[in-house]
Amino acid sequence: MSSHPPMYFKNHLYWVLLAAGGAVALAGLYAVHMMEHYGHIISGMNNQIVWGIPHVFAIFLIVAASGVLNVASIGSVFGKAVYKARAPLASLLSIAMLAGGLTVLMLDLGRPDRIMVAATNYNLTSVFAWNVVLYSGMFSLVIVYLWTMMERRMNPFNKAAGLAVFVWRFVLTTGTGLIFAFLTARQAYGSALLPPMFIVLSFAWGLAVFHVVQTVIYNWNEKILDPAILNRKKNLLGVFVLGSLYMVATYHFTNMYFAHQQSFELFILRDGGVYTNLFWWGYVLLGNVLPLALIFMPGMGKTRCVMTASLLVVLGAFALLYVFIIGGQAFPLSIFPGYEVSSSFGDGQIAAYTPSLYEFLLGFGGLAIAFVITTVSVRVLNFMPQDKPYIAD
Amino acid sequence: MSDIDLTRRSFLKTSAGAAAVAIAPGMMLFQVAHGDTQGASDKVRWGMLIDTTQCKDGCNDCVSACNKENGLSGETKATDSQWIRKIEIKDVSNGRELSLPMMCQHCEHPPCVDVCPTNASMKRADGIVLVDKHRCIGCRYCMMACPYKARSFVHEPLTDQNPDVPRGKGTVEACTLCVHRIDQGLKPACSEACANKAILFGDLNDADSEIAKKLRSVATTQVRADLGLNTGIRYQGL
Repeated sequence: MSSHPPMYFKNHLYWVLLAAGGAVALAGLYAVHMMEHYGHIISGMNNQIVWGIPHVFAIFLIVAASGVLNVASIGSVFGKAVYKARAPLASLLSIAMLAGGLTVLMLDLGRPDRIMVAATNYNLTSVFAWNVVLYSGMFSLVIVYLWTMMERRMNPFNKAAGLAVFVWRFVLTTGTGLIFAFLTARQAYGSALLPPMFIVLSFAWGLAVFHVVQTVIYNWNEKILDPAILNRKKNLLGVFVLGSLYMVATYHFTNMYFAHQQSFELFILRDGGVYTNLFWWGYVLLGNVLPLALIFMPGMGKTRCVMTASLLVVLGAFALLYVFIIGGQAFPLSIFPGYEVSSSFGDGQIAAYTPSLYEFLLGFGGLAIAFVITTVSVRVLNFMPQDKPYIAD
Repeated sequence: MSDIDLTRRSFLKTSAGAAAVAIAPGMMLFQVAHGDTQGASDKVRWGMLIDTTQCKDGCNDCVSACNKENGLSGETKATDSQWIRKIEIKDVSNGRELSLPMMCQHCEHPPCVDVCPTNASMKRADGIVLVDKHRCIGCRYCMMACPYKARSFVHEPLTDQNPDVPRGKGTVEACTLCVHRIDQGLKPACSEACANKAILFGDLNDADSEIAKKLRSVATTQVRADLGLNTGIRYQGL
């Protein structure tokens, strides 16, 4: 019994993984059913913290879905062979994460049953309405792009499709950043820095997810990634991580310079308790400093280091989004600048938020959907990167 | 042949008569229930002037009246709806304290209407900002956008609603300026309930209205006027 051939064991493992992913997705649906039945009262969200954990998960997935396409763009638009070999896998991950993120976003609505209303009534001044078009367009474009790569007869259109995806994802992540950038009255948001910040963050998060999945696929197939390729890609991840840290630092520095924003910055960076801790320990240390050390320190940068660094970047992403989305709402809205304010509706007070299990179930359900789509697709189609024996570029 | 025609003619006549008899009471009841069904006029802009010097610290009459009129529970947990709330403010520089009611400011350029993906948040021709409960998908983007934190999300199933004020679990709501009362020629409940007459309601566009005269003669403020939203609710003594 103990000498099962590896193939047999792997087949079993595959089905176990798929069942586990399916079970988590089902748990997410159960959370949705409960929220539908009892209302959002069973979530930790309230009238002060109106967007919670589901939005942290959804926005991570959507931003990473855009960023992971960077791998494809470097291949298709800039013609780098190493990246071109990885474009199909990057596209698949993009579709999977977009599906997961949108599912979470949609199912967190107060009335998810009215999704047809959202699909048929467009308010042209609403970034949300633009995003409905941007997300569905992205979905279709990436599918066409995949088709041009995987169907030989469609190959001639690959470059054009790649370019279209390249442009579209910039617009899409700009749209995601604009959701917050257009909130003029909130201290945490309402900054033109947010769309470019989200774009640079998407590069780092997308590439980190790509590294994790790629490492797993190589291990599964008992292959070793060419060290030269690993070296190039880990350096790119390092540059993206540095770039995103720069954007986040710039956002906070500009805020600190504006006198009316200083109390908000002191809240996030010094006095905010869980938000301050998550920012410094979660985002800065675990999500940036440690990954950079694992990538660039002499003697580091091996497969395991890059895998750990990528996982830490993802962890840091969740920490940053928690601070940005929930910390940003927890800080009281300045309705009467220059006045001390109190009321029965939480005016002038730091809002309390304790996420409930249902929110986490919904969030992990979204991750599970992305996981199941990826696992099934990688099994039934050929997404394994096929590198040429000689790398010209 | 002519016999058959006559029969058919009388059948049609009887049917038409029966239909009229069946529909007429419904039409009449609709008229009785809704009165004049003319749309809101853009010649009017409804608004309020709140005299903070007359608003008493600790008095909650406007809030209670609003809760009763609109069928709100009156509870103040973080998940409960509050369409109007009393805010106590203290000037940090000189210690001056004030108490005032805060609710939807019925902006001319409402951020909630701008961001609503489905056009559920809307501004009526007469300036009242409302949420169409049949179109709201519950995304809460309007709550993020409102500078006055004037909106609430319905977190729980509702019972015993006021038929004139539809509300719904999973949708966003806010002060309607008691639109159902205004359409009957009445004042909003908060304005009527204020014993000190601190809440003056009227048509900002009508130069002869009491509110327009007052706005001309006393110094008034729009909350967060820096945002340029041109609110319909103005404050005096702030």
